[in-house]
Amino acid sequence: MSTREGLGGSTFSSIEEVREGLARVGYVADERIAGVVHLAGRLEKPVLVEGPAGTGKTQLAKSVAEAAGWRLIRLQCYEGLDEAKALYEWNYRKQLLRIQAERSASSWQELEEDIFAEEFLLTRPLLEAIRSDEPVVLLVDEIDRVELETEALLLEVLSEYQVSIPELGTVRATRVPMVFLTSNNTRELSEALKRRCLYLHVDYPDLEREREIVLRRVPGIDDELADQIARIVRSLRSLELRKPPSIAETLDWARTLVILGIQSVDAVSTTGTLHVLLKYRQDIERAAKELLAADA
Amino acid sequence: MLELLSGFVDELRAAGLPVSSTEHLDAARAVHHVAMEDREALRTALGATLVKSAAHWPAFETAFEIYFSARAELRPRAGGTSGAPGAAEPPSSRALLAEAAAALSGAGPSEPMSGAELAALLLDAIRQGGRSIGAVLARSAVDRYAGIEPGRPVGGAYYLYRTLRHLDLDGLLERLLDEARGEEELTPLEERLLADEYRARIAALRKAIEAEIRHRLVSDRGAEALARSVRRALPEDVDVMHASREELAALHRTLHPLSRKLAVRLGRTRRHRRRGSLDFRATMRRSLSTGGVPVEPRFRHPRPSRPEIFVIADISGSVASFARFTLELVYALSTQFSKVRSFVFVDGIDEVTHVFERADDPAAAVRRITAEADVVWLDGHSDYGHALEEFDRRWGDEVTSRATVLVLGDARNNYHASGAWVLSELQRQARHVYWLNPEPRQYWGSGDSIVDEYAVHCDAVVECRTLRQLERFVTELA
Repeated sequence: MSTREGLGGSTFSSIEEVREGLARVGYVADERIAGVVHLAGRLEKPVLVEGPAGTGKTQLAKSVAEAAGWRLIRLQCYEGLDEAKALYEWNYRKQLLRIQAERSASSWQELEEDIFAEEFLLTRPLLEAIRSDEPVVLLVDEIDRVELETEALLLEVLSEYQVSIPELGTVRATRVPMVFLTSNNTRELSEALKRRCLYLHVDYPDLEREREIVLRRVPGIDDELADQIARIVRSLRSLELRKPPSIAETLDWARTLVILGIQSVDAVSTTGTLHVLLKYRQDIERAAKELLAADA
Repeated sequence: MLELLSGFVDELRAAGLPVSSTEHLDAARAVHHVAMEDREALRTALGATLVKSAAHWPAFETAFEIYFSARAELRPRAGGTSGAPGAAEPPSSRALLAEAAAALSGAGPSEPMSGAELAALLLDAIRQGGRSIGAVLARSAVDRYAGIEPGRPVGGAYYLYRTLRHLDLDGLLERLLDEARGEEELTPLEERLLADEYRARIAALRKAIEAEIRHRLVSDRGAEALARSVRRALPEDVDVMHASREELAALHRTLHPLSRKLAVRLGRTRRHRRRGSLDFRATMRRSLSTGGVPVEPRFRHPRPSRPEIFVIADISGSVASFARFTLELVYALSTQFSKVRSFVFVDGIDEVTHVFERADDPAAAVRRITAEADVVWLDGHSDYGHALEEFDRRWGDEVTSRATVLVLGDARNNYHASGAWVLSELQRQARHVYWLNPEPRQYWGSGDSIVDEYAVHCDAVVECRTLRQLERFVTELA
């Protein structure tokens, strides 16, 4: 570990600094988020971010990259993701061409050494993050979508920050990347993976934070409207809906209201725009009945 | 500190959280990087390294409060960060509160406020929403009403109840709302928002009181002893039959993601199971390209049969919540079964499949069952015998060899006839008959429980007291 350059000290030296840095790029972090990001830098550990859809999990990684001025490398997970797509692959076409071009000239041994050179290696996101000379943020998005067995691919990268390639040897990171894994919790992740990560549960924000987010992300909105929006959304979330409104939907709604030129939300304007916020018919009906005492 | 930390980790383990020694080490490393007096940062550091599931967070919070916040050197940071909305407060009440705060924090219980004064302050605090006042008020409320007796080995729920009963927070909410209504005309939306705001503040106050009581109990009896008495089961380990209202609500919240996870998992294993039989034709055809040598054998796609499910659930008082959970879970997984039919009974029996078919989500349907099903025949006490006979008469023919029958109930039959012959009949017709019993195994067969009489006709009788056990059973079923 000592030979590598850590990332914590140089960029974010305190929790406050993380917070300010994130705020600069428009991400409103609460105490916990800032604390975990800070800790991740210090302990050089990956962060597993879990929480309902649309609470800014992916955005967190993007914002950290932006705030620190680092490159973001993203690995989008899906069912059937394999080694060749996540780690590395040999460019076998090029290898074949090489063999054909030098068919007579050299011995097999020379050739073998030659075709398993880095030149023929196709790097995929994980290896790219490890080999990068500049500091990077690695985002492994929706890790819960890959099968349990595929998770194991990540383990070596996450704990040792290295990738073993049989033909080349072990590639170790020169700079420890900052790693974020996001999960929508559609399945339980393996203990081995969880153990290697710091855990951050991102929930819907509280009133103050939501208002702050709306103010920052929606241009041309005034305090009063933002406050009203945040309060209505909080009440909606307490209703046991099928799909409570996410932050993304709150922002959409705020933008809609601004575009429509609405200064202050009342029952009529809410009913008219509720479909931006809620995506199920019965949710809309329920909200209209409970909150506005009206039929949608 | 390290010693304190290992005590804390032991407590988490005792509460059922899986904390590995790697995680313990991580936590020890993490605390080096945060300032010890910053309680929030400490909580974050420990939470991120020790707790790896959102469902375990409440248990962690409780333990954390007991172990760390009650210590003098770790008291929360003073005023600076809280009390932000202070600007909105009119000066008069502000001064009053400040005065009260000064009096209380300085003198403590020697100069108690009168009950009326405290109530007025409380009302003001909730109306204005000043946060820093909350802790002070909580302290004085506890002083006044909780009547804490040193040395009594209780978890504090009783003191909390005593304090809250005197404060009458619900009545406070009503009074505040009335007040607001009196001042100006409120639209329903405004009223609802205001009520939610007050409710949030009251909840915060309640939390402050709870924390205050804990804090005192810790200084009285020590962290370890208190932690032992407030330790609660994790949501997945809560006994469904004896769960309190809050626990049931927590269970509900766990049930939804659980059923989604189960559905995903079952769907996946179904798709990936490679145990189809050899497809001889396809193998031969393929072998032509390798000169007739069957290099690559081909297999038929596996077509796992989806079982038909008949759920027969006792929904009489004692086991009602268990039946609801199970029904909800089974329906959430209904895509994994070819057909689900459900019947509920007390002493009469009724089919409720249509309730689920009409409703958009199982939870809503479960809520409506009690209202819509016609399940009382004579007196509304469980009568398994009559219900089963009735089932056999009305729907017995529809149980085919593809069906799996699940009976949910504690088999406490109020000394009626058992009607066990129906089950043996069903077992002959159906593929499987399972009985899920929400009672602990050692109570089976005691009193009026006649589960043993039924057990001989079932493929298995399964103890199903917690969500964890239920999950395991459903996984095996599908």
